[in-house]
Amino acid sequence: MPVPQAYRILPELWLTITGVLIMLIEPLMPRDMTRKPIGVLALVGVLGALLASIWQLGLPAGTAFYGTVQTDAFSVFFHVLICGIVLVAMLIAFDVFDGSKERPAEYYPLVLFGAVGMCLMSSAVELLLVFISLEISSIATYILAAIRKRSGKSPEAGLKYFLLGSFATAFFLYGIALTFGATGTTNIAEVASSLSQSPVPSFAILAVAMILIGIGFKVSAAPFQVWTPDVYEGAPSPVVALMSTGPKVAAFAVLLRILYGAYPALHAHWLLLIWIMAALSMTVGNLGALRQHNVKRLLAYSSIAHAGYTLVAFTALSNEGVAAAMFYTATYAAMNVGAFAIISHAGGFDDKLLSVADYRGLAYRSPLMGGALAFFLLSLIGIPFTGGFFGKFYVFTAALHSGEVWLAIIGLVNSGVAAYYYLRLLTSIYGKPADDAPVQLVPRLKSSLTIALLLTVSATLILGIFPGRILSMAQAGAATLFNATGSATNPDAMSASTLQQ
Amino acid sequence: MLNDSILTLTTFVPTAGAVVVALLPRRGRIIQWFTLVVALVTFGLTLQLPFHYVYGQSGFQFEVDRAWIASPAIRYHLGVDGISLWLVVLTGFLAPLGVLSSWNAIHHRTKEFYFFFLLQQTAMIGVFVSLDMFLYYAFWELTLVPMAIIISMFGRDRGTEAAIKFFVYTFLPSALLLVGIVWLYAKTGTFDFVKLQSILAQDTLSFPPKALFWASLAFLVAFAVKVPVFPLHGWLGDVFSEAPAAMAMVVAGKLGLYSILRFNLGLFPAQARQVAPWMIALAVIGILYGALVALVQSDMKRLVAFSTVSSLSFCILGIFGFAVSGLDGAVYQTLNEGVSVGALLLLLGFMYERYGTYDIGSYGGLAKRMPYLATLFVITSLSLIGLPLLNGFIGEFLILSGTFAGHVAWVCAATAGVILSASYMLWMIQRVFYSDVSKMVTELNVVDMGGREHIALWPMAVLMLVMGVASPIWIRAIDGAVIKLASPATAPTQGMAVGQ
Repeated sequence: MPVPQAYRILPELWLTITGVLIMLIEPLMPRDMTRKPIGVLALVGVLGALLASIWQLGLPAGTAFYGTVQTDAFSVFFHVLICGIVLVAMLIAFDVFDGSKERPAEYYPLVLFGAVGMCLMSSAVELLLVFISLEISSIATYILAAIRKRSGKSPEAGLKYFLLGSFATAFFLYGIALTFGATGTTNIAEVASSLSQSPVPSFAILAVAMILIGIGFKVSAAPFQVWTPDVYEGAPSPVVALMSTGPKVAAFAVLLRILYGAYPALHAHWLLLIWIMAALSMTVGNLGALRQHNVKRLLAYSSIAHAGYTLVAFTALSNEGVAAAMFYTATYAAMNVGAFAIISHAGGFDDKLLSVADYRGLAYRSPLMGGALAFFLLSLIGIPFTGGFFGKFYVFTAALHSGEVWLAIIGLVNSGVAAYYYLRLLTSIYGKPADDAPVQLVPRLKSSLTIALLLTVSATLILGIFPGRILSMAQAGAATLFNATGSATNPDAMSASTLQQ
Repeated sequence: MLNDSILTLTTFVPTAGAVVVALLPRRGRIIQWFTLVVALVTFGLTLQLPFHYVYGQSGFQFEVDRAWIASPAIRYHLGVDGISLWLVVLTGFLAPLGVLSSWNAIHHRTKEFYFFFLLQQTAMIGVFVSLDMFLYYAFWELTLVPMAIIISMFGRDRGTEAAIKFFVYTFLPSALLLVGIVWLYAKTGTFDFVKLQSILAQDTLSFPPKALFWASLAFLVAFAVKVPVFPLHGWLGDVFSEAPAAMAMVVAGKLGLYSILRFNLGLFPAQARQVAPWMIALAVIGILYGALVALVQSDMKRLVAFSTVSSLSFCILGIFGFAVSGLDGAVYQTLNEGVSVGALLLLLGFMYERYGTYDIGSYGGLAKRMPYLATLFVITSLSLIGLPLLNGFIGEFLILSGTFAGHVAWVCAATAGVILSASYMLWMIQRVFYSDVSKMVTELNVVDMGGREHIALWPMAVLMLVMGVASPIWIRAIDGAVIKLASPATAPTQGMAVGQ
């Protein structure tokens, strides 16, 4: 019996309906009424999408809508991850966007529509649909970055993000056009089979490079990272919690789909580019973070470095590498959203705590908040018994297995350097605060934020102590990616031919 | 069954205690008392080990071996042998004394302090009992965290810097250690120490010797920083002067020395012999350098730090001499170091609580004011100098006599270090306790050691004496384990010669 087409996009449908509902209800509400019910509705919507994604796991893998959308273990992995991120991000923002002029409740539908785009990015197998979903997610984040209208920095961040982002998506679109020129199709599986059969036209390589530029911007990989610190600094922290993780995770899903799904035949060419991007991102991110005093800028540089670690796994060209990359995006999301949860609560909507020194004594003010932030920082460093450790471990093991010893060494030295700036913040949290320090004014934890912290801390801890389940899910996802492209491009053949070169 | 759960219990009772500490109210001395109970229970558990240890049986005992993570194949494999047995007991022994000595010294943020104190306990015991390389690495890295946080919270005035310095100093080489471990895993498909050992011993030819050498070097550097071996000792002075006594006393020595014995000698015997001449040279330089620098320190904590560099270098000398008695002495000296330097740091902590300074110049004639403290201080110092009948003598004697045969010149130079150690310790005692009563000591009216402090110190002093006269109790277990490390001296080297 054929699966009804709508089942393949059930999470996206669910998110869209919730978003539209909220847009219809919100204007009807009295101006001074609390916007909490809308927040609850949005949370329910995301939770529904999350459950729908898990339910999709029971469907036989396959495509719908003329082969443009595909649900498989890979798409479900990213769907669940993205819905989880959005859920926590909304919990962080739950008390922030109360519907006042300064904090509009439009936040919720924007996030929901952004989530539609991100989810669709991970299940789209048609390059044009990838582009459209990328745009849906990006437009939502452009607006979110500028949502703090009264502050000068937020609109600046939004504009910067928008201009550079559109420029990057133009590159991406150009890449799609070149792909179409080279192969006569924009369906990912067909691109792969066309490239493996006929001699590869040289501008197909250019097409991959263009696509890499576009996605490289979205995941803030060097040398396309320049926007990151400015935008993170200017955008409100609850929004940064989302935009530093959700769109990046989705963009990594797209990158995996395109590189391994459409362009396995050209791996010798894109491998070098990814290698350079990985090494550059790790180094630029970590060295840049060393000099930062602003916590948000510091975490922005750190996110560049983490994009680099994820890219290291791409160079493994194997099932193991893809699984490691997927696992890393999950751990990165858990710890980074968690860290921003505390930053956005402690700093408040107006970023009252800015510099590393401002955080001095956070553990004195609130042992729970300080402890949680310390835990996330330890995970970002990569200390055992946290998710960050296993993430790095899997990434570097995959790289070593396929002979990328130098990249692994660059990465590990980098993670040693990174310890320094995370520790500066960590030791500051545990330092003794002055009596009139701004940290004394940090409000108590709210219940929504407590739930968000509980979720992220336990996710980071589970990933760090019992990573087996998640890893096998990632491996299942990676397997579908390789099966879809046929036996000619199976991982062994790929790595074998790499070794010969 | 006691046998397979005892190590798990010993390792994780402190963690469970830490979780409870986090939930206890900050009222009165509830947290101190509770931590003391947890520490005593842990010590009681560690004491089970020597009582149920089967002496003379080779290999690991009290083993647990369960699957933990399927891919990569990581196992929860614990076990102790003669090398780790007493180190676990030592860790258990020092914990209650650490709590007692921190009773008043840590008067704010007690919950945080004891939480991390207990976490540190788990991490250290975990390092000694893990037989899966991965598990070992996890505990190894975990030892950094509580220490760094406590130093930044309770440091004297440069706590933050000292914490970062300590962390980065040990974390960077640990990254290389991880590369080494993963490389071994990629080559052999196992993290299990016992399996790795037999694979590496049987089939040396399938590993490129150069790669094996670099891997062993990655291990060695990571461990040498932790010991610390000259010239990697830069962090120790800062940590000793900033960290509270209860934490400073566990930071140096045993973790690194144990790891060198277990992994460098256990997994890479041939490579360890290749670097031995260098290590012996560094050890002797460390002995003399540490002693000479200690001689000119005016801050007592820094003096102890450099004297520690000097006396830990004796252990390195014993290890890389590859003689059975030298190795015995190295393990024994590691234990001594834990007891005697621990006692000295606690005593310094007591003095600091009373006078608020470690500056030698400010003290003088303290023996008249605090006769008990002076007595204990002198006993501890004599143990560190290596006076016969006290523990330090046994360790140093075994090391020097065991290593003498192969390295006459180096050992003669190292013996000069013994004389220097007597000079700086006795000179410090003379200035602090027996010279004219200083202005500070006259002005500040303080009382001698109280009951709690006596309870913390006397067990250590008694132990120094017992370890000095009844060393076979300890050596029996140690000897059985180190013989294996000393014996393959010929086999792999011949193999190498054939291979070349």
